[in-house]
Amino acid sequence: MGDGTLALTVNGRAHQVVDAHPGESLLFVLRERLGLAGSKNACEEGECGSCTVRVDARLVCGCLVLAAAVDGSEVTTIEGLGIEASSDAGLSDVQQAFLDAGAVQCGFCTPGLLMAVDHLLDDDPEPDELVVREAISGNLCRCTGYGRILEAVELAAASRRDAERTP
Amino acid sequence: MTVTIARTLDDACAALADRPDAVVLAGGTDLMVEVNRGLRRMDDVVALDRVAELRGWDRDGDELRLGAATTCAELAGDELAPLVPALAQAARTVGSPQIRNAATIGGNLATASPAGDTLPVLAALDAVVEVRSVHGTRDVPIDGFVTGVKSNALAPGELIAAVRVPILDGPQEFLKVGTRNAMVISVASLALVVDRAGRNVRVALGSVAPVPVRAVEAEVLASDRIDWDAGAAPGPVVVDRFAGLVADAARPIDDHRGTAAYRRHAVEVLARRALRRAFTAGSGVAA
Ligand SMILES: Cc1cc2nc3c(=O)[nH]c(=O)nc-3n(C[C@H](O)[C@H](O)[C@H](O)COP(=O)(O)OP(=O)(O)OC[C@H]3O[C@@H](n4cnc5c(N)ncnc54)[C@H](O)[C@@H]3O)c2cc1C
Ligand code: FES
Ligand code: FES
Repeated sequence: MGDGTLALTVNGRAHQVVDAHPGESLLFVLRERLGLAGSKNACEEGECGSCTVRVDARLVCGCLVLAAAVDGSEVTTIEGLGIEASSDAGLSDVQQAFLDAGAVQCGFCTPGLLMAVDHLLDDDPEPDELVVREAISGNLCRCTGYGRILEAVELAAASRRDAERTP
Repeated sequence: MTVTIARTLDDACAALADRPDAVVLAGGTDLMVEVNRGLRRMDDVVALDRVAELRGWDRDGDELRLGAATTCAELAGDELAPLVPALAQAARTVGSPQIRNAATIGGNLATASPAGDTLPVLAALDAVVEVRSVHGTRDVPIDGFVTGVKSNALAPGELIAAVRVPILDGPQEFLKVGTRNAMVISVASLALVVDRAGRNVRVALGSVAPVPVRAVEAEVLASDRIDWDAGAAPGPVVVDRFAGLVADAARPIDDHRGTAAYRRHAVEVLARRALRRAFTAGSGVAA
């Protein structure tokens, strides 16, 4: 790209970003140019995971992705998780499990955690606790102490397995 | 603003020949931190992410060639881990899953941080860095590649195409000390690899000198005193001397992550642990 226009497919919808400045991160473009504020901006240095998104098949920190370099990519954000949702509230299985387990307090870490957990369960439907801890090791939560988050992952895994069993 | 998304290695080299000041971007996990802090501008970028030639790896006999854009997640994955276990262990300690999915071995090398976790492993393996430009390819041994704190042997217009490491018959260990298990920069680290065919042990240290250092005297002692036919661990006196020589090889400094004395102590402990583990039955043996 030389003309400054950026093509991104976000949650299945094609977007053209015309006014991005050089050096803008994918997180900035999502939040400030496309109005998708679900991905959170906290540290901007890869430490907290609150900006976690999927770019093509990879789970990454949106704050560390140069937007211009992912021109043409498919991005999934937290706003995209509910899209295929089965529940009436438009929540995905992982979102519902976080609510049911009481794993959300201030909620700032939640979008990133949901992305990480969704990605984990796609990969490994029956993760043991060590695998879960590893999978969320890049997502900081200052409120919950993680106990309820671990419970939520178990709930989500169980409900996804059930859903796959009942056609 | 020019961002070249290179598709081939030749494209990337040509773009860099035209614009030698352009920033080479791989996973962005070092660069974007600087950009977000306002320390670096990204007006002119050559992105390597989609260069297929940089992304794979191949095995040629006892040698493994890793494309520069191989990620830490891939290094730690099931295919590569059995071939270079210490490199996999090191890659597994980098940041978090999100970081490892983006961070590349080429980026870790080029950044040349004293705390770069793949560096001591590459030093212990006597890795060779394949450097490429429009003028061709040159091989740079790892000990000549990292030239100082965050400086490397790349000339303008050059990039890292690949890293070559031997596939050794023998156990390998990578151990790292930090304040917690995840998302932590090394305070001290140690890589130990055993080459049964060559009957030698190689040890390199990270975070205890400006560049990764080999503990040569410790290597000679261990290589001499191991009973290679039995494959047994050397006795406690030898293990202690070995660990002492490893600590002597460190050139640590005091900084916000730890004192020099602590670091020297830490590598001594790591050395003892690594040698014992390597020669305990059932330890991770390379293919
Ligand atoms: C939260 C966090 C945690 C981290 N934890 C660790 C850790 O535990 N251990 C560790 O070692 N590192 C860690 N890092 C640092 C970083 O992830 C690694 O150094 C990583 O390997 C860099 O690779 P990259 O592809 O992201 O590099 P980039 O950021 O894309 O590039 C880094 C540098 O290398 C140059 N470069 C990249 N590829 C090439 C190439 N092929 N040829 C020439 N130059 C090139 C770039 O120009 C730039 O100067 C961490 C970073 C973050 C943000
Ligand atoms: S904002 Fe990206 S990791 Fe914290
Ligand atoms: S709920 Fe507040 S940071 Fe996790």
